[in-house]
Amino acid sequence: MLSWANFGSQLFNGLALGALLALIASGLTIIYGTLGVLNLAHGAMFMLGGYAGYASYQATGSFVVGLAAGTLAVGVLGVVLERVIIRHFYHRPHEDQLLVTFGLAIVFVEAVRWFFSSDTKTVQAPQLLSGITNLGFMSYPTYRLAVVGICAVALLALFFVLYRTRLGMIVRAGIEDAEMVDSLGINVDRVFMTVFGIGAMAAGFAGFVNSPIVSLAPDVGEQILVQTFVVVVIGGVGSFPGAVLGGLIAGEIISLTSMVNPGYAYVMLFAAMALVLMLRPHGLLGAKGRE
Amino acid sequence: MKRRFVVETALAVCLIAAPLLLPHLGAAPNTVNRILVWGLFGLGFDILFGYTGLLSFGQSALYGTGGFVAAYLLTRAGFPHVITALVIGMLAAAAVGYLVGLVALRRTGIYFAMITIAIAEVFFFVEFNPLSEWTGGENGLPGVPTPRLDLGFVDLRFTTGWALYPFLAFCFFVGVVIALRIVRSPVGAVLVAIRENPLRAAAVGHNIHAYKLTAFVIAAAYAGIAGGLLGVMQGFMPPDAFMFETSGQLVMQTAIGGRGTLFGPLVGAAVWLFLQDFLQATLNLGATWKLVLGLVFVALVCFLRQGIVGGIRDLYARVTLKPEPAVANAAAVPAAAAPVPLPSRRQPGENAGPILEAKGLTKHYGGVVANEGIDFTVNHGELRGIIGPNGAGKSTLFKMLTCEVPPTAGQIRFAGRDITGRSVTDVCQLGLTKSYQVNQLFNRLTVRENVTIAALAALRGKFKLDLLAGIAGVSGLAAQVEQTLALVNLAARPDTPVSQLAYGEKRRLEVGLALASSPTLLLLDEPLAGMSPQERIETVSLLKSIARGRTMIIIDHDMDALFELAERVTVLQEGRVLAEGTPDEIKGNATVQEAYLGGVHGVIDA
Repeated sequence: MLSWANFGSQLFNGLALGALLALIASGLTIIYGTLGVLNLAHGAMFMLGGYAGYASYQATGSFVVGLAAGTLAVGVLGVVLERVIIRHFYHRPHEDQLLVTFGLAIVFVEAVRWFFSSDTKTVQAPQLLSGITNLGFMSYPTYRLAVVGICAVALLALFFVLYRTRLGMIVRAGIEDAEMVDSLGINVDRVFMTVFGIGAMAAGFAGFVNSPIVSLAPDVGEQILVQTFVVVVIGGVGSFPGAVLGGLIAGEIISLTSMVNPGYAYVMLFAAMALVLMLRPHGLLGAKGRE
Repeated sequence: MKRRFVVETALAVCLIAAPLLLPHLGAAPNTVNRILVWGLFGLGFDILFGYTGLLSFGQSALYGTGGFVAAYLLTRAGFPHVITALVIGMLAAAAVGYLVGLVALRRTGIYFAMITIAIAEVFFFVEFNPLSEWTGGENGLPGVPTPRLDLGFVDLRFTTGWALYPFLAFCFFVGVVIALRIVRSPVGAVLVAIRENPLRAAAVGHNIHAYKLTAFVIAAAYAGIAGGLLGVMQGFMPPDAFMFETSGQLVMQTAIGGRGTLFGPLVGAAVWLFLQDFLQATLNLGATWKLVLGLVFVALVCFLRQGIVGGIRDLYARVTLKPEPAVANAAAVPAAAAPVPLPSRRQPGENAGPILEAKGLTKHYGGVVANEGIDFTVNHGELRGIIGPNGAGKSTLFKMLTCEVPPTAGQIRFAGRDITGRSVTDVCQLGLTKSYQVNQLFNRLTVRENVTIAALAALRGKFKLDLLAGIAGVSGLAAQVEQTLALVNLAARPDTPVSQLAYGEKRRLEVGLALASSPTLLLLDEPLAGMSPQERIETVSLLKSIARGRTMIIIDHDMDALFELAERVTVLQEGRVLAEGTPDEIKGNATVQEAYLGGVHGVIDA
């Protein structure tokens, strides 16, 4: 029933989900903003991060090693993909880019299914973060609280890369005007590879962070991908602050609606997206440039 | 005329022969029926994706809608007529498609893909939760009856397997006939134009949003009827019709079979179901078959862009077509610069006086001032030149005049009407259009097809739903296309694809696209840019012949050419009008010499 404690915990759930979505959406949006490629395999990379982390966690018993392994494995995969396949698609129509990344997503999901089977895998939160924390006005699972913190740190790291480094400056300039950056004699090739790697890492990182909350299954990335799209549409394509804001809005909408009736969570999420599209077609914080 | 129904006839023969031949090849009737349903679903999707270039990942929403509406009528509501129920399902899907399209088509490109995915996901959840009382939730709707046609003298019952096949084959046949009419109609030509270059399609006067919505609704209707047939075929309406996998499978089948071919989705479905059967049963791969399929699909997208049907078509074209006429020969044609026939044109009465008046036109991009307080008037029949150094705001002025960008301040009147804030499409329909500084052509189409698209906008208006009419039936089209081709000296190469044209020819076609929409005021943004001296001479004489009885404004950096062509010249500098007058006045104007002509020398000297 509706009680303050229930409301509070749903608010926190929304924050945790929102922080995760913000992280995943940031990865998707900087890849799109810089490279012009919408990566439909982003959800599958999220899932791969979970599984890679799970395997290393099982092998070493260390959550941190799992997190590092999940992140790095997907980052490396991202770089390899960009070199081998994606870069051949920069000058092909958007539809072809969508098709090839969609195909890759299926390959990843089915490969994991083949390797790990369709059974769900449960990842235990690390000892330190398991259990319940008493916040005074309510009790709340410690790990979920930690997720908010972990995602905030990761987002700050991304912010640092985007706003305080030379690479970040190029990436942001590229989102504004890709042609201009191209003609400035910047080695776009290397930048593209790095950005794809970073975006993939964000997905992989989020994938493992999420795994103690939602059990791993090969198709766990699909739903997340759809939510990420809504986040990006609400926040505005190519905008890092937009991804963060959109993520938090989407997270709260899903979680607060679920408190009343989970069946309507997606309906409300969609309604919010439709509303933004009607009032601000370029998203809350989106630039007009990219289409 | 003889070849008109060749596709339809061949299809009819194949559909009739299939139940006689396929059983000997070991094909199960249910597999064949399934392929037909996917093929029908794909016909509409191909019009949306293959022809219009809109890749939707949300077709499951419409497939499910049509299916569940029909199945609900036939089961819970106790509605007795299967065929009527299928039609109602189709109409429901089309209506939902219209609403979904209104939202999804707010944006294009990747936004469109993302929004369609999100919408489809919503439908899936709605089916499972809020509407589960009607849809049966995760159980779906069992007990969907099969069609029965009582014609009085004979009672036809289509039950399952090969007995249901004639019904599905007939539906598919009708679907193909209609789809063929659509893609061969004027609307079909506009849809392809939108795929190739939406910006130009809008600029020549087509309401591209309305046409995209049309394509979306067509695809929704096909999805709806296919969804209904799925329930009929299985005797049960499965909830997974609404799943994302359904949309994904449709997209993949279409890409595998070949987009923009209508039959691609059918071929793709056949390949898909065959592979599934072969990999699962024969090779014992079990669930891993989808991994193999995914790898095959990725390879196909990388290496065979047009899919199987497209690949075969290209191969066929390469084998049968005679080689392209030698390039040297083709290039020689325009050099012969034959006398150009006069255009037919709209005569807006015996107006003298101004056709275009701009007052206080101002454009700021953030802090950058592109144009500031420009007053600019052009009279009927005048040929005006605009010059100015790079960055003087010439192109921005053109963009504002054609309503590509809204002015920050100021007003534009064209032919007595205030057009400030109108769309580029409306303005073109009123008779004001421009040829672009950088070619904006429909690159994968032929010269004739390019000009046809522009002429269609002039002859049909910005939106018309002549979906089933032949393109040849548009009155005056052939004449307008031929005249335009003759006028821009491309009549010798009407069937050459744009990609094979020489640069000068592309420039002339660019002007031709603007001309074909029969403007009363034509703006030309640097028509001579990048041309060789020889091409310049030809193009100047071409522009002279176009100008007869027409009002034109030309921007160019070639001042000799412009002084030769124009009756009056406006000089822009730093976003403002610096001077205006006859070519001789401008040549003699001290300020202009100082700021522009002399200024350049000054810079070079210094």
